[in-house]
Amino acid sequence: MLLSPAPLHIPDGFLSIVVSVICWAITIVTLYFAISKTNQSLGEKQIPLMGIMAAFIFAAQMINFPVAGGTSGHLLGGALAAIVLGPWAGMLVMTAVIALQALLFQDGGLVVMGANILNMGLITAAIGYGLYRSVSGQSKAVKLGVAGFAAWLSVMAGALFTALQLWLSGTSQLNIVIPAMMGVHALIGVGEALITVAALSFIMQTRPDLLGEGSESAKGSRNWIYAGGIISLLVVLISPFASGDPDGLERVAIDMGFIDAGQDAPYSIIPDYTLPFLGETALSTILAGVVGIAVVGAIMVLVGRGLKAKS
Amino acid sequence: MHFDAFDRYHEKESFLHKLDPRVKVLVTVIFIVSNALLPDGAWLAFIFAWLFLLVINFISKLGLGFTVKRSIIALPFALIAITVLFSIPGKPLTTFNFLMWELTITDAGFLRFISILVRSWLSVQMAILLVAVTRFPDLIHALEHLKVPAILTTIIAFLYRYLFVMTDEVFRLIRARESRSGGVAGRRSGGGVLWRAKIAGNMVGQLFLRSFERSDRIYNAMVARGYAGHLYTLNAHEMKSYDYFAAAFAIALIFILQLIGRL
Amino acid sequence: MPVTHIQNQFSTPESNDVLIVNELHFSYPDGHIALQGVSLKLCNGDKVALVGPNGAGKSTLMLHLNGILNGKGNVQISGKQLTKDNLPSIRAMVGLVFQNPDDQLFSPTVFEDVAFGPLHMGLPEDEVRQRVDNALEAVRMTAYKDRLSHHLSVGEKKRIAIATVLSMNPSLLVLDEPSAGLDPRARRTLINLLRELPITMLVSTHDMALVKELFPRTIVMDEGKVVADGLTQDILADEAFLNQHGLEKP
Ligand SMILES: Nc1ncnc2c1ncn2[C@@H]1O[C@H](COP(=O)(O)OP(=O)(O)O)[C@@H](O)[C@H]1O
Ligand SMILES: [Mg+2]
Repeated sequence: MLLSPAPLHIPDGFLSIVVSVICWAITIVTLYFAISKTNQSLGEKQIPLMGIMAAFIFAAQMINFPVAGGTSGHLLGGALAAIVLGPWAGMLVMTAVIALQALLFQDGGLVVMGANILNMGLITAAIGYGLYRSVSGQSKAVKLGVAGFAAWLSVMAGALFTALQLWLSGTSQLNIVIPAMMGVHALIGVGEALITVAALSFIMQTRPDLLGEGSESAKGSRNWIYAGGIISLLVVLISPFASGDPDGLERVAIDMGFIDAGQDAPYSIIPDYTLPFLGETALSTILAGVVGIAVVGAIMVLVGRGLKAKS
Repeated sequence: MHFDAFDRYHEKESFLHKLDPRVKVLVTVIFIVSNALLPDGAWLAFIFAWLFLLVINFISKLGLGFTVKRSIIALPFALIAITVLFSIPGKPLTTFNFLMWELTITDAGFLRFISILVRSWLSVQMAILLVAVTRFPDLIHALEHLKVPAILTTIIAFLYRYLFVMTDEVFRLIRARESRSGGVAGRRSGGGVLWRAKIAGNMVGQLFLRSFERSDRIYNAMVARGYAGHLYTLNAHEMKSYDYFAAAFAIALIFILQLIGRL
Repeated sequence: MPVTHIQNQFSTPESNDVLIVNELHFSYPDGHIALQGVSLKLCNGDKVALVGPNGAGKSTLMLHLNGILNGKGNVQISGKQLTKDNLPSIRAMVGLVFQNPDDQLFSPTVFEDVAFGPLHMGLPEDEVRQRVDNALEAVRMTAYKDRLSHHLSVGEKKRIAIATVLSMNPSLLVLDEPSAGLDPRARRTLINLLRELPITMLVSTHDMALVKELFPRTIVMDEGKVVADGLTQDILADEAFLNQHGLEKP
């Protein structure tokens, strides 16, 4: 159970509204770029291709292999998808998979879906593709080695971001959740790496054209190397710092206004009629009033339309 | 394993089944947001939220306990929140030793922990209900109407359609693997972990290639019927007056929940 | 010897010809030569079987009939030359049903799939709905309109697959191995359906009993060429010829 990607599917209720909204914002902006880039660069053939690839990732996540003691290795697939489809298409495919898992199977929440897409679909794709792209033109062995490392690191990054979001939401304690998540996923990541490498080497053998020159995989911009590199660096820097000196990170979060010293306010946007970032000022009371009026207004509009619509 | 294992829709003749999918999606999301907004220990509001769910269960004709039965999915995740029991400053409730640590549960920590679980439990029930009373294709239409980009809804539609075909293929691959990996009793079979990972990876690679080729054939089938890069859909949904009223009523109730939670 | 295939038997297309293929050559990008000079002709109302061993080029030929593949040579549908410019109208005239219904039915629901063709022809909503109803009626599947595609049996999928092109009102129906993988009852239903449909059709199949029962005329392909084109009863009578091309007498 613990050695499946499941610990990354955050259910609703575990993240605060503020954190959920921020994650949605990052996710939406990234997807906006992903959509406009794919619209520009991909042919009409890409729509069915991405659809089928989403089904492929979903199905591939069911393939497991026994590791030891009743546990098994699994694939999350973010790095693999980005490497074979290109980063933007890979992100869209992972987004569809995560959305369907949340909608149909309640595997991961709806309001926290932005965070889940960010952790499992966007960050994994950026790292997976960025690191793999940095060795394009190298030998097959180097490519596979780097792909494996990238797959491992992508899972670690997903785990780190999940842990940080849980902490910022006041759901978990930093000095426990980071080592716990990273520890478990260091192992899960090995499964991810092994399957990714084996799958890629299978594809390189049977259909080298899909990964060679001119393929979607090779077309990604070189900027991905920087993006992937920077996120990787973040993972490598933050994790030891966060587990070794949680107070340091906590102080940063407090200074940034994310969290208050008693770990109190972070998960309600209008607790006691105040909004975070604003404190208990007249302004936030006014804003709370505005939200209330907006709700009442929305209800009246709906009723008005209901009266007009034919039944 | 049969593909029915993935079906979540339960056919019934109920008001909720008839309701426009947009309304159902919106109310579900607003309800979950509202749960997240309720302060810790807003027990009265939590109870009313649960009553709200019970009533919806009842209206859906799926049975009062329908969502409760299925709502334990999110529970394993609770483990991740367990540290709040000990980490939030407050009046000590009880202290015990666990391995090498001495752990103290505080009242504030307990309050937070239970509140997180309740929020999650309420939210997941609403999500369960949504797919139980809405056919998934209608849900996709609702997303289209709610301005989710067409490229995403299209990928999700394909994913939904081929989920069943593809997982069937996975089961065939797994069965083939199992039928060829006979073991001798008492001896560990199937080689080392690396070898097993390689087999799994080959299966993933195999599946990828088959999927890739299938997408080509599907593309041909689309082109043969006039597809030229732009997708057109015919969306049968039209908001009726009862849809608007239901939405207004549900939002009003959820708003009252918020007020109760802040009394 | 029932080989009645004559080269260049037509120079002026008569209005009665629904399909004319003339000297079609095609090789796949990997260099494999799949078609080497295929010529054939279907008149209005013809129901013709296309048989031949695996790899003979039947599917490849069918993919040429509405321009998914573009070989050297010439294809005319109802007197219209197949070119890049009139692809949309040609595609509306040729209803191509692929072998695997899971590839043909790519939408979540039956309705969406049957409506796909008419919608992409740019028809107005009312007409699309009317055509969906008519097409489902024609394959006797009216009750399945709102069903999910993945819930259908293989036989049902095949019939819906045919409906997905009937809704485009094609003047030529091209079916690739429609009876493959069907149980006897589903096969029987399909045969009855094909008999009833008042459309010109070209049907590839390995099911010689089906050929004998349904199609007065048969075209035999092997190694990318038409090796026979004539009356089904004559072709089926020549056992040596059938064996030579990997076919069996029913
Ligand atoms: N996509 C392809 N790429 C390369 N060769 C192909 C492809 N599809 C089919 N072929 C080859 O072309 C020949 C004709 O195939 P096909 O038209 O499918 O035959 P049939 O439908 O009669 O069984 C076969 O030898 C087959 O291997
Ligand atoms: Mg064929």
